[in-house]
Amino acid sequence: MASKEASRTPAWSRLEPEGRSPPQNTYSVLLPTYNERENLPLIVWLLVKSFSESGFNYEIIIIDDGSPDGTRDVAEQLEKIYGSDKILLRPREKKLGLGTAYIHGMKHATGNYIIIMDADLSHHPKFIPEFIRKQKEGNFDIVSGTRYKGNGGVYGWDLKRKIIRHCCGLSVYVSPKFTCLEFGDESLRSSLEDVTWAGPVMGRGANFITQILLRPGASDLTGSFRLYKKEVLQKLIEKCVSKGYVFQMEMIVRARQLNYTIGEVPISFVDRVYGESKLGGNEIVSFLKGLLTLFATT
Amino acid sequence: MTKLAQWLWGLALLGSAWAALNVGALGLELPAPCRDVLWPLPAYLLVAAGCYALGTVGYRVATFHDCEDAARELQNQIQEARADLSRRGLRF
Repeated sequence: MASKEASRTPAWSRLEPEGRSPPQNTYSVLLPTYNERENLPLIVWLLVKSFSESGFNYEIIIIDDGSPDGTRDVAEQLEKIYGSDKILLRPREKKLGLGTAYIHGMKHATGNYIIIMDADLSHHPKFIPEFIRKQKEGNFDIVSGTRYKGNGGVYGWDLKRKIIRHCCGLSVYVSPKFTCLEFGDESLRSSLEDVTWAGPVMGRGANFITQILLRPGASDLTGSFRLYKKEVLQKLIEKCVSKGYVFQMEMIVRARQLNYTIGEVPISFVDRVYGESKLGGNEIVSFLKGLLTLFATT
Repeated sequence: MTKLAQWLWGLALLGSAWAALNVGALGLELPAPCRDVLWPLPAYLLVAAGCYALGTVGYRVATFHDCEDAARELQNQIQEARADLSRRGLRF
């Protein structure tokens, strides 16, 4: 329908000839998903809105790891609605991990910039134009969203919920789907339910230790809302060996080693809207293990 | 050099300097008051570092930015998105 095109791009850009500015930058958004049936349409809608309002070229690559809840179904409907030039489906058979999801996604990405983010609405696409502007400002190799500087922050650590995640502020930072942990036992869960300050304390504590030990030059290491130049992301993924959120930390640390420039943009992080996070108390242990490994090897 | 190696080097350097001054090696004899302070210095520094850490984390937790506006805005946008997508034919 003609109105589809009209609603997606601002009028002025349709009149300009292609390539009126130096080679157009295209931003590929990689969305690894696992059981995101509820969130996926919403995140795609927000992405489309954000990109069409700001006028940047984009494509959204959805990498579904064989979700049993019908995420792929919803993704196909979105592809029909927005067009297969904007929504690219590149699914995989089963859950294979975040690093490989990025590699897989990048193989099909036509953009020269890659944006990685969580598909569970904790990262808001409205920040993407700010990332892009920041990147242009300093020609940064990486732009990282930070919850710890400026007016960055988190919403959701005050909510009393049935799920443990607040006990370990770390877990809310990453797409928990990619950490292979089980729920803690019932008694632990209910006792921690009422501890609403634990989230910020753990989060800040973890960040503090990380800053002291690794001196990474970036204020938010476990964040996964970032913009990379394509060749930078490719190089870093090759070099990183960890899994889960430690992988996100390692990316930044390796980037510093390779002298890549990192810019930061404060973001707000809203805790999971739909769906359940998988996590347990032993996530603290694995965080510390990951941190010490990075400390000893980089 | 890895971070671990840097820390070990730093600690070794400071540690040996501290030990040398305490024992009076290198022929440096410090006046008694100085030595009285020097001897427990590592312990003092450890405690000070601990206090600093607790203070910093405590301060950051207290001033933590709780983005209620962001959450509300998101809820509104979710409503809008669902309506728009249903119109376009998405079956949730």
